[in-house]
Amino acid sequence: MGYTLNFAVVWRNFDFLLSGLALSLGLAIISILIGALIGLVLAFALTSKSRIAVVPAQVYVTIIRNLPILVLVLFVFFALPQLGFRLDKVKSFVLVLSVYSGAYLAEVFRAGLLSIPKGLTEAGLSIGLTSMQIRGSIIAPLMLRNVLPSLSSTIISLFKDTSLAAAIAVPELTFAARKINVESFRVIETWLVTSALYVATCFLIAALMRFVERRLALPR
Amino acid sequence: MSHTFLEQLWIARYVILNGVGVTVSISLLAILVGSVLGVFVGLALVYGGAILRLVIRAYTDIIRGTPVLVLVLASYYVSSAVGLDLRPFSAGVLALAIFCSSHVGEIVRGALQAIPKGQTEAAKAIGLTFTQTFTSVLWPQAMRQCLPAWVNTAAEMVKASTLLSVIGVAELLLRTQEIISRNFMSLQFYFLAGGLYFIVNFGIERFGKYVERKTALPS
Repeated sequence: MGYTLNFAVVWRNFDFLLSGLALSLGLAIISILIGALIGLVLAFALTSKSRIAVVPAQVYVTIIRNLPILVLVLFVFFALPQLGFRLDKVKSFVLVLSVYSGAYLAEVFRAGLLSIPKGLTEAGLSIGLTSMQIRGSIIAPLMLRNVLPSLSSTIISLFKDTSLAAAIAVPELTFAARKINVESFRVIETWLVTSALYVATCFLIAALMRFVERRLALPR
Repeated sequence: MSHTFLEQLWIARYVILNGVGVTVSISLLAILVGSVLGVFVGLALVYGGAILRLVIRAYTDIIRGTPVLVLVLASYYVSSAVGLDLRPFSAGVLALAIFCSSHVGEIVRGALQAIPKGQTEAAKAIGLTFTQTFTSVLWPQAMRQCLPAWVNTAAEMVKASTLLSVIGVAELLLRTQEIISRNFMSLQFYFLAGGLYFIVNFGIERFGKYVERKTALPS
């Protein structure tokens, strides 16, 4: 074979990769924050007693979780303009990833809500809080603490999904890597460095989440 | 362009069916190969020696930290760069199978580690060898534990098969894009593709629930 590794081209374009990574992170952070809001509302709907709340939330979660995200990305960017709803590529990707992460985070939060003992709601009621106050200041904070481990793996997988923005030419990390790959033919080097960047970022996210988990742990 | 959606659908019927066929075969192959590999990964993570465990841990962590799209692109371009001329289909299936193996590996590891130590000790006490303990005590229990997560992974693989369209494998999504480039009915045909993926995945999910109920221990 006689292939000698030569990273020169990749290092020359390294800041291009890094700016791609920065965009990936930006896309992930904005989308996951919006998705967390959607997920929180959905999770309360899923665990409520009224069918009017449960059924639409269930439909949303089931449909989104069973669709490939690439189909959603292409649909929003290429098909929605036909209905007169036109977004630029970055915005349409943020829309897709927010809607998508909403469905996944809803399931994470739902499991967390189910683990909160009923007595806490009753205690809240007995000191005269409204049910909105109980949700906002008793249940949601406790639930968030409980779900941190599964939240962390969901966030990591959502971060990795930002790579799909490359399909509609958003210049994030995968798109940048592909460009370098095609221009330089330094195939192995490009993908090694790109993978390393993704893996390192995922490790950092995991470490950060473990740190938050430790800081928020209840003293036992 | 005066055709209606139904007429266009009729024209494209074989193309769509063909795409569904390719999607199903990609997914089945990836799940099959990935699961077999994944069982070995899981076993190595639990029973392997220190060095083997370290190597396999690095493998799963690296694969799980890399987006599937990057795995697919890397598998396609790197395999041709090292002179291993894989067709897009094989390169894509390879990437998905590797991705699947890391997930199944973690599932198997979790399931095996969740079995209480007393089970192994009891098996030892009645004189079973390790192989016997594994095949008739640990594995049946681990399998039951694995099932829900494994079904999730299977549905995940069907969704990930769409990524092979990026390297030019003519699965359902690429076929849909081809059809749209001919008749410009992006709304209708993306809807159709979404519907088909939904049916397949929802079917897998329901089937998983059914098997889970069937194999559940009476409580």
